[in-house]
Amino acid sequence: MTDAISLSRRSFIATSLAGGAVLTLDASVVLAATTTTAPSDVLNAFVRINADNSVTIGAKNPEIGQGVKVMLPMLIAEEMDLAWEQVRIEQTDADETRYGPQVAGGSTATPRNWLPMRQVGAAARAMLVAAAAKKWSVDPSSLSTAKGAVIHAASGKSATYASLAKAAAAEAAPDLAKVPLKDEKTFTIIGKSKPGVDVPKIVTGQPLFGIDTRLPGMVHAAVVKCPAHGGTVASIDDAAVKAIPGVLAVTAVNSGFVPEGKSDTVVIIADSWWKASKAREKLGVKWDDATVTGFTTAKYEADAAKLVTAAPQASLLKTGDADGTLAKAAKVIKADYDYPFLAHASLEPQNCTALFKDGKLEIWAPSQAPAGGRAETAKLCGLSPDDLTIHLTRMGGGFGRRLMNDYMVIAGQAAKALPGKPVKVLYDRTDDFRHDFYRPAGWHRFTAGLDASGALVALKDHFVTFGKDGKPIRAAQMAPTEFPAPVVPNVDLGISYMATNLATGWLRAPTSNAMSFVWQSFMDEVAEAAGLDLPEFMRRTLGAPREIPGERVGFHTARARGVIDAVCKSAGWKGREKGRGFGFYFSHLGYFAEIVDLSMKNGAVSIDKVWVAGDIGAHVINPINAMNQAQGCVIDGIGQALIGQKIVQEAGAITAENFGDFALMRIDAAPRAIAVEFVKTDFPPTGLGEPALPPVIPALANAIYSLTGKRHRRLPLEMV
Amino acid sequence: MSISLTVNGRKRIVETDADKPLLWVLREDLDMPGTKFGCGAGLCGACTVHLDGDAVRSCQTPIADAAGKAITTIEGVGLNDIGKRVQEAWVALDVPQCDYCQAGQIMSATALLKQNPKPTPEDIDGWMSGNICRCATYMRIRAAIRTAAGLPAEESVA
Repeated sequence: MTDAISLSRRSFIATSLAGGAVLTLDASVVLAATTTTAPSDVLNAFVRINADNSVTIGAKNPEIGQGVKVMLPMLIAEEMDLAWEQVRIEQTDADETRYGPQVAGGSTATPRNWLPMRQVGAAARAMLVAAAAKKWSVDPSSLSTAKGAVIHAASGKSATYASLAKAAAAEAAPDLAKVPLKDEKTFTIIGKSKPGVDVPKIVTGQPLFGIDTRLPGMVHAAVVKCPAHGGTVASIDDAAVKAIPGVLAVTAVNSGFVPEGKSDTVVIIADSWWKASKAREKLGVKWDDATVTGFTTAKYEADAAKLVTAAPQASLLKTGDADGTLAKAAKVIKADYDYPFLAHASLEPQNCTALFKDGKLEIWAPSQAPAGGRAETAKLCGLSPDDLTIHLTRMGGGFGRRLMNDYMVIAGQAAKALPGKPVKVLYDRTDDFRHDFYRPAGWHRFTAGLDASGALVALKDHFVTFGKDGKPIRAAQMAPTEFPAPVVPNVDLGISYMATNLATGWLRAPTSNAMSFVWQSFMDEVAEAAGLDLPEFMRRTLGAPREIPGERVGFHTARARGVIDAVCKSAGWKGREKGRGFGFYFSHLGYFAEIVDLSMKNGAVSIDKVWVAGDIGAHVINPINAMNQAQGCVIDGIGQALIGQKIVQEAGAITAENFGDFALMRIDAAPRAIAVEFVKTDFPPTGLGEPALPPVIPALANAIYSLTGKRHRRLPLEMV
Repeated sequence: MSISLTVNGRKRIVETDADKPLLWVLREDLDMPGTKFGCGAGLCGACTVHLDGDAVRSCQTPIADAAGKAITTIEGVGLNDIGKRVQEAWVALDVPQCDYCQAGQIMSATALLKQNPKPTPEDIDGWMSGNICRCATYMRIRAAIRTAAGLPAEESVA
């Protein structure tokens, strides 16, 4: 049996984090002394010490492939002075009151948790040391720890953590803000490669993902959604569906995208998903969608072309006198850029399993933002958030798609229709493509002015995007701090809005994945007009080492300069050369400069090598995963630019049906080599799920220009 | 209808529709979730299994076509020497990110090495191009196949 002593919620602290956000952390540390094998399915907090001196560490954040399930436990294990071989990792449930924020988004896990998770580990270590000190009647300062044991060097005594766990659990939890942390020079786990905890399971086919959820008596649901986003159910003819043996229920639900009281999704529940999916052919639904069928890609393009030539509807940034300076500039450079809507296309289709029983909802959710899903699902199911228990499953990719919780909301309502039976809701690939939350398209009209010395003295952009009530909709923003706007003396950034019925959302490196392309491609044009290559133009524009204030975080010109210099040195950059392109971008607290080398083979672009230099602070916590993330970001970014990715809308609905209509990168299009280096600087470490992606897109476009002389100003690149 | 199958060397009898794809029989009727649903159209390779040793897309294989043939899935691929080497290379090189496509990748890679024990880089890319990895772990997939084949590493695949 387990003799678990909960020290939960002894202390709450406010921790100031990089970026100025304040997080209230549940400092609970549970140390369970076990006399026999502990049950391994439930964790009450971050740390459990097992009888065999293995230590089970709770991984609190949702795992979408970014490696957080290993990274966060590494921080705890480091400060506990464990040998990595002792560590067992378990995914926690979703419970922010207990674990603090649990989000897979914005590359935030590292900066948000770098100190708090280390403090949790250090607190656990301090309690074990205190227990040993009492046991041996010595001063705690005379004790050291290593590899899961407390050591008293003077007497030669040592005790395993397991032997001390019960006594340690009775110790007072120390003040997390004051618990001493290790000297960073003595790290033995942080900075050493630790492979993925679930890899042995995946290579042998064990269940891991939301879609693999299997429960006794479980039934399966397929969905029918209004093709035009925002349309609602007018009437349903489900007689033929209900006549199919094995079909259990047909119910209309609200995915969270239409007003309460309306439905936009019909759920067919059957004893198998294959059956439920096939039954959709026999379902008759009339949709109320007249107000949304007028939205098309062609209309957006025509409207944007008109808007971009008119005066902006609103101003984002105005400094100095851009028009006056342009009128007397030595050189003026003008260019229009645009990019399309994009889907996320995570390979595991959206799904969620829910069981409604005794007025409570139990959910198995592949969600990047389960707290939002809890609130939304509770609301649409008429329950209190406390009535929901949410188990987190591994996710077959996220890329921001699973920050939205439509599948959870639908599963909750489907489960309520069949109390006592677990219901697994699963989208098919076409549902997934047609009912995504898309990266919004955007259009830019740039003007830049150089003085006689070639310095950038005036800059204008009119950004046409999507908005409602004079504000950008989700992921349709542009920061007024897009480089180089903050360092140019005369700037005029304007914005205009169009309406759309589409649900929009955050796609990996949101806004940055588009802004990097338009800004760094245009800067390559400006640099050329100034007689410079882009790295040199960037060095001159960055100027002296300093921090430039941003909307939320500052931008260190020296860190930008550091990665620009590093990548140029590694790649042997010698100025403008045919087939080479450069791009720099700062996003998610990470500074990345990248160089693409390409050639044309049989009229197609072949990417020979990509060089990446990144600055994510003083430590790369898990190098083997960091390399994989950076290389994946590079290939993902190339895919957005090079292989025709574009979401097209007709009559309010998305036309893409499957991977034949929206290409993803395949192995034969991937670069032959991607060299990644990290420039270490004396800043707290930051995240890596996103910031390596944005710069590769302009680097690629700039490389094509250098080879062919054709300047590509539209994504996806139209290769002839 | 009642269909007799041989899955990873074991005889299994399922009661199911003749047109139900092998993928859904594996996942729903045989409780073998290792084979993954990605597209349902034979476009992504996540559902790859072996039928009499050949790689097929199980989402496009009606169960009636699999009757009487030897079906190998990710759950059983390690029983085969090449499959085991591929699995080991995948672990050693820490190939996956999200992991979701990797069962299909391993099944395709194993089929490749059975037919072509020492593939060139072009052979690997050509053969594996039917399997999408949305996380784009392609540098490591290439490297793991070379490792499993006993070939030296290519440049800068860290």
